[in-house]
Amino acid sequence: MGWPILSLITFVPSLGALAILAIRGYGSAENIRQIALGVTLITFVLSVFLVLKFDGSTANFQFVEDIAWLGGGIDYRMGVDGISVLFVLLTAVLMPFCILASWTSITERVAEYMIAFLVLETLMIGVFCALDLVLFYIFFEGGLIPMFLIIGVWGGQGRVYASFKFFLYTLLGSVLMLLAIMAIYWETQTTDITQLLSGDHSLPAYMQPWLWFAFFASFAVKVPMWPVHTWLPDAHVEAPTAGSVILAGVLLKMGGYGFLRFSLPMFPVASADFAQLVFVMSLIAIVYTSLVALAQEDFKKLIAYASVAHMGLVTLGIFTFNHQGIEGGIFQMLSHGIVSGALFLCVGVVYDRMHTRLITDYGGLVNRMPIYAVCFMVFTMANVGLPGTSGFVGEFLTLLGAFQVNTWLAIIGTTGVVLSAAYALWLYRRVIFGTLEKANLQSILDLNAREKFTLFPLVVLTIVLGVYPKLVFDITSASVAHLVEFHEAGLQRALLEPGSIAEVLP
Amino acid sequence: MNLSVQNVDLLMPEFIMAIGSMALLMLGVFRGDQSQRLVANLAIVLMLSAGGWIVLNIGDGRLSVFGSAYQIDDFARFMKILVLFSAAIVLIMSQSYVERRGMGQFEFPVLVAFAVLGMMLMISASDFLTLYMGLELQSLALYVLAAFRRDSLRSTEAGLKYFVLGALSSGIMLYGISLIYGFSGSTAFSAVAAAAVGDGLSLGLIFGLVFLTAGLAFKISAVPFHMWTPDVYEGAPTPITAFFAVSPKVAALALFVRTMISAFPDATEEWGQIIVFISILSMVLGSVAAIGQNNIKRLMAYSSIGHMGFALVGLAAGTEAGVKGVLIYLAIYAVTNIGVFVCILSMRRGEEMVEKISDLAGIARLRPGFAFALAMLMFSLAGIPPLAGFFAKWYVFLAAIQAGLYPLAVIGVVASVVGAYYYLRIVKIMYFEEVGVALESKMELRLAAILTASTAFTVLFIAFAWLVETPAEAAAASLFL
Repeated sequence: MGWPILSLITFVPSLGALAILAIRGYGSAENIRQIALGVTLITFVLSVFLVLKFDGSTANFQFVEDIAWLGGGIDYRMGVDGISVLFVLLTAVLMPFCILASWTSITERVAEYMIAFLVLETLMIGVFCALDLVLFYIFFEGGLIPMFLIIGVWGGQGRVYASFKFFLYTLLGSVLMLLAIMAIYWETQTTDITQLLSGDHSLPAYMQPWLWFAFFASFAVKVPMWPVHTWLPDAHVEAPTAGSVILAGVLLKMGGYGFLRFSLPMFPVASADFAQLVFVMSLIAIVYTSLVALAQEDFKKLIAYASVAHMGLVTLGIFTFNHQGIEGGIFQMLSHGIVSGALFLCVGVVYDRMHTRLITDYGGLVNRMPIYAVCFMVFTMANVGLPGTSGFVGEFLTLLGAFQVNTWLAIIGTTGVVLSAAYALWLYRRVIFGTLEKANLQSILDLNAREKFTLFPLVVLTIVLGVYPKLVFDITSASVAHLVEFHEAGLQRALLEPGSIAEVLP
Repeated sequence: MNLSVQNVDLLMPEFIMAIGSMALLMLGVFRGDQSQRLVANLAIVLMLSAGGWIVLNIGDGRLSVFGSAYQIDDFARFMKILVLFSAAIVLIMSQSYVERRGMGQFEFPVLVAFAVLGMMLMISASDFLTLYMGLELQSLALYVLAAFRRDSLRSTEAGLKYFVLGALSSGIMLYGISLIYGFSGSTAFSAVAAAAVGDGLSLGLIFGLVFLTAGLAFKISAVPFHMWTPDVYEGAPTPITAFFAVSPKVAALALFVRTMISAFPDATEEWGQIIVFISILSMVLGSVAAIGQNNIKRLMAYSSIGHMGFALVGLAAGTEAGVKGVLIYLAIYAVTNIGVFVCILSMRRGEEMVEKISDLAGIARLRPGFAFALAMLMFSLAGIPPLAGFFAKWYVFLAAIQAGLYPLAVIGVVASVVGAYYYLRIVKIMYFEEVGVALESKMELRLAAILTASTAFTVLFIAFAWLVETPAEAAAASLFL
């Protein structure tokens, strides 16, 4: 590959932001929206090209770039493998929909809004492409700035509180990871992820628990896991529609991706030791936040809590350390990215019309909005995990993986699926079915062309992935297999290490 | 005494500043106050040419003159460049304020020039006598500057407070120096270092070290010797606050680093404890106390206390990586602070300067460029990547982790999260709130240019980090030869 395609995908959105900055004074809001849409579409096409070119038969990093940067072994390194490449695609897929969803709902400071989103896209894609710990951290943290502004400037009533909570929560989680990165640097003399994952630089077992916790603090807040999930409902509720889509669709996935990329392979001993803890936290997240979701009056808050529950399933799957669990976790993340993003878009559709998020303000929408009702139904079913939708595949595999570890784990995890059916279907009934009683709903209009264009592709994607998940597994399975092997090998190595338990035992 | 002719060019910047400042003083005395602008411009030229001279002679080797009382090396060059250029820029940006506010006495630039000369002495001092001379030359000039608006109650109060506390700290430091002299038999750093070899520090030397550290901590406004900072920052005229925030801090910290590393190289453990202690206190107090501030100058005072704490993290490590971290930290701190003070200088309604944080409300709608610049500077001060401030913290904490100072590092990063709150608050006021009473929207060209440069540095540092990192590495290495 002569072209540095990953850098291109990463930085094209930023170039778009610069272009918007340049024409800000002259161009109309319409021009700015068009540029933003164009740029995100270019990024999308490039990332499709990337995935097509991607060789799914190997677990190696591909399209690797390496340019000297900070000195002392800290370089600008980019590259993707089977685990990260699809997240790049997910980000690039969701972005054009975000721009479209903001087309009419954002009328103030359009240029700044689009710039913030495009910069955010650069940072998000960068997270998944970075092959250097420092570079990863910069992308990971840098995303806070645009998201803070998006929530704070264009958000709802309680936006200031929500944006501060989001920022400080996430920052507090991440700074500990920063210290851990430094410790890794001094221990191994490198921050190159490919080298750290090559097995030559295994970290001593006594350091692993500390490092693991430092990384865990960061990723657990991001995922978010119970009990550090409380920033998420606030952020989701107050963010503009597109902000919620990105938050649920991509930002949460960075946490899960972090577990897969760093925690499992780099700290295998600590991961194995603390798996129980993660299981407990995941199960609480699944059961407790599902119950909380049942009690919500706010449309967006319900979906936010549902997100926490679904991400609990993801962490459950990842820490089973077996092929099904991890693959299920990845699939669940991709599926959840599309489905919850789409659900927030659905909320946005009615919110733009009625400017209320209270579930009780709706009801009987099917009478006036049949097409909307169908789209919403597909996403609700996917959220429930109905076979044939993408939600099923991830949940099934995750629970399959969990079952191999412990039967009770799978049983309690499965209650989450039942509960998700309860809150999702109940939500659907309250909003869509029934008679159209509210006076102000009498004249509500069905999807317009722009909204159809936003929702239909996601409907198709949800069903295609549900029916033919091999599309994903063709790309991920080699890398996942390698990850599982590597994790095992790391555990074995640690047992042979001087001073380990194996040596003490006779 | 090895001051031969071929060595003179290494001392040229000092000669330029010393002779030039005296000439400016004469010029001012003979031509009176109408020469203010001329004197100011000449002072700027003086500093830029002295700084330019150093830039051109980077890597010219080391030289120890006046019986090893004065050390010229890459470390000194790096710091002097920072001091000279930041002082020159502060003079450039204060010109219109000075003229508008009736501070048109020619003494202002002359005092700044003398203070800068004192700082250059401090940076190169490798003997306690030179150290004290440089420090007092700087401090006396600064006391007068703080009280420069003599008809303003707050300014004179600031000057007096600064003087009384400064004199006290100088006294404490002198006492420490006398103890060190008494127990080591010399005032030269190298001789003091030699005296400590063997059994380690004697009790008297440790006492001397503690008093010395207390005095130095006062100069960089580290907790618990920080009390003067908020009052002086708030009371002094804004351009002088800007000057206080940058050059003297850089010089005093350079002095601090050189004294500790060169005079007590084998006592890292002893002074390391003190530094860890004051570093933690400064970071925590700087972050927590700034939260309740409404005056932006006062807020920046607490912010600078916190930032000195972060810079001290590098010194606490006591290693080459740590010193490199301090150098990078100071460079980034200087540029960022200059940018912030440009913003403060341009906050006015009509002719009246305003300095409440709430005066910035909703400014993002009226002046998007200004708001963007200040927001980036604030995020940078908070240490959020990918901005420059992140790299500043990266290098100091990297050194702390290498030295195994884990509690210090953890407390430090947590304090930085607390500190992020008040930086974010400024962004919030600018971006999230509705416009209050609008500020003057015109910005002078030179202020705008400095602000643009400072913001560009902050944002683009990530791509050009080596421009600062490579010289900082060489400078740190020169201290450990």
